[in-house]
Amino acid sequence: MSSLSDVANAKVQRAVSPRAQGTGLEARGIHAWFGKHHALADVSLDFAPGTVTALIGPSGCGKSTFIRTLNRMHEFIPSAAMAGEVLLDGKDVYAPGVDVTKIRLQIGMVFQKPNPFPSMTIGENVLSGLKLAQLKVENKDDLLEECLERAGLWKEVKDRLGAHGGSLSGGQQQRLCIARSLAVKPQVLLMDEPCSALDPGSTLRIEETIRQLSETMTIVIVTHNMQQAARVSDYTAFFLSDNGPGEMIEVAPTAEIFSRPKDKRTEDYVTGRFG
Amino acid sequence: MNEVKPTSPWKPSAKDKLRELVTFFGSMVASFTLVAVTELKGKLAYFVSFVFIYAAISAIYSFRRYGKATAKDSAVKVFIACGALLTIIPIASILQTIISKGYKGIRPNLFLSDMSMATPTDPLTNGGLLHAIVGTIIMIGGALILSVPIGILTALYLTEIKGRFTQPIRFLVQAMSGVPSIVAGLFILSAVVYPITKSSSGFMGSLALSILMIPTVARTSEEVLGLIPQDLREAGTALGGTQWRTVAMIVLPAAKSGLMTAVILGIARIAGETAPLLLLTGGGDRLNFNPFDDPMGSLPFYIWKSFLAGSEEAVTRAWAGLLVLVVVILILFVSARILSTRKVAR
Repeated sequence: MSSLSDVANAKVQRAVSPRAQGTGLEARGIHAWFGKHHALADVSLDFAPGTVTALIGPSGCGKSTFIRTLNRMHEFIPSAAMAGEVLLDGKDVYAPGVDVTKIRLQIGMVFQKPNPFPSMTIGENVLSGLKLAQLKVENKDDLLEECLERAGLWKEVKDRLGAHGGSLSGGQQQRLCIARSLAVKPQVLLMDEPCSALDPGSTLRIEETIRQLSETMTIVIVTHNMQQAARVSDYTAFFLSDNGPGEMIEVAPTAEIFSRPKDKRTEDYVTGRFG
Repeated sequence: MNEVKPTSPWKPSAKDKLRELVTFFGSMVASFTLVAVTELKGKLAYFVSFVFIYAAISAIYSFRRYGKATAKDSAVKVFIACGALLTIIPIASILQTIISKGYKGIRPNLFLSDMSMATPTDPLTNGGLLHAIVGTIIMIGGALILSVPIGILTALYLTEIKGRFTQPIRFLVQAMSGVPSIVAGLFILSAVVYPITKSSSGFMGSLALSILMIPTVARTSEEVLGLIPQDLREAGTALGGTQWRTVAMIVLPAAKSGLMTAVILGIARIAGETAPLLLLTGGGDRLNFNPFDDPMGSLPFYIWKSFLAGSEEAVTRAWAGLLVLVVVILILFVSARILSTRKVAR
């Protein structure tokens, strides 16, 4: 298992980035239910500004459910229920009277499957968030270039911004979706297995993108790929469901999780003994 | 290096095609002989014996050459081809009848004048059906304006909002799509015409047609919207869009061509409706552009009236009217298709 911890150690451990906005995101005592099914129990986790946190664990342990509670996408499922608090800059996002669309503007999301809007061109896709949220910007072309540049896609698409989003390859589509979520300038970006449908080359590009983005924003990434967690994240949280609701077993700096995990179950998982 | 020629070994060779042709005509000759020497009589006998002989010959040949699987394949192919032919025959026959009987009545004055100064026994050079064409277009237009927004909004309620009344509304929409058109006509007659307007007009016709059209538009739209991936809605919401903006900017554009199909099916449902128009529109013979006042003619009404009149000229007019109705519907369909597939200019 030394290779994974080497990868994790090789990264320069950074302090909280001064360029990141806000004071971060805190989850306190989060529970989640789907109908009667208790999917997630008592997860508390802090995400400091400018850090990348990876959530790892076997399928069905509630990682995706957890990040969907963070930007209130959990309530999209009709039978869903939750308990606990999610604090963004110290304010509860579930407090009554909070404008949920504002919350989702500040906490962006990238999905497992690339999902560019089919009726829009590449350029329109990137700027779609502005229209959806009715935001005004002074120079759309600059923003378009900036977002595509940050998502590592500008060079590939700058000559065909009028083409349809569906004409790109899977990896490019996913980077387009990242560019799209950057256009509304979120403080936090949630990524739900963003590379699970992609080839190794595209995966690498997106990991580079994540490292660059983390200088200015807080990133939470769900991944099944432990190499990826080791490569991109500053902190890693291990989730597990043992015939009951999913729980967070352990959270620590990534290097520690992969070299000297405190919990036996974490060790079994990161060393590949199960999962 | 040898020159390599591109080939398509999976396609039938010239020899195969020739053999196919020989089998075809051989089967024809065989079926003629069969009908001639046995008790079988009539066109149907030719067709049925041809189908079975053709299938048998193809199967036997394939069996001897390639084996059992190919034999089954070629026999089934013959049956499917004949089945396809059988389904096209009624459509082709209807079109052929309408065109052959209707073209005699097609004259320039048909599109330039109405029947207000002509009687059913007047020669075809007198009068026309301009009033009916205009009436049909106005009534369909009115029904479209009423039904498309209501139908699509209903579908949006069922697929996007999924409120407390989803089940009852879905049930109502399904039940309403089976309502006989005469019932829709009687409903408007008793609910609007007798108590309120007390007179026939084109708009009353549009109202009744809407009752028939809304369920069709709503059901088809619901199915189309249901096919839009949930992912896209979540992505729109995750970008800070409200539900309404997500639906308007992402879901509806993604479903555009399907929604257009819903509208076309809705038009198809009402274009030839006659019963409610007989009750509600008064079916005047004069050109009338105002749907809210005075009787308004329509093609189905005109056809019905001309057939009833019974004179030779009137019957010819009726067939011409049928031909015009078919063409008007065709034009509506094609233009709807073109509108829906046109790429957004950019």
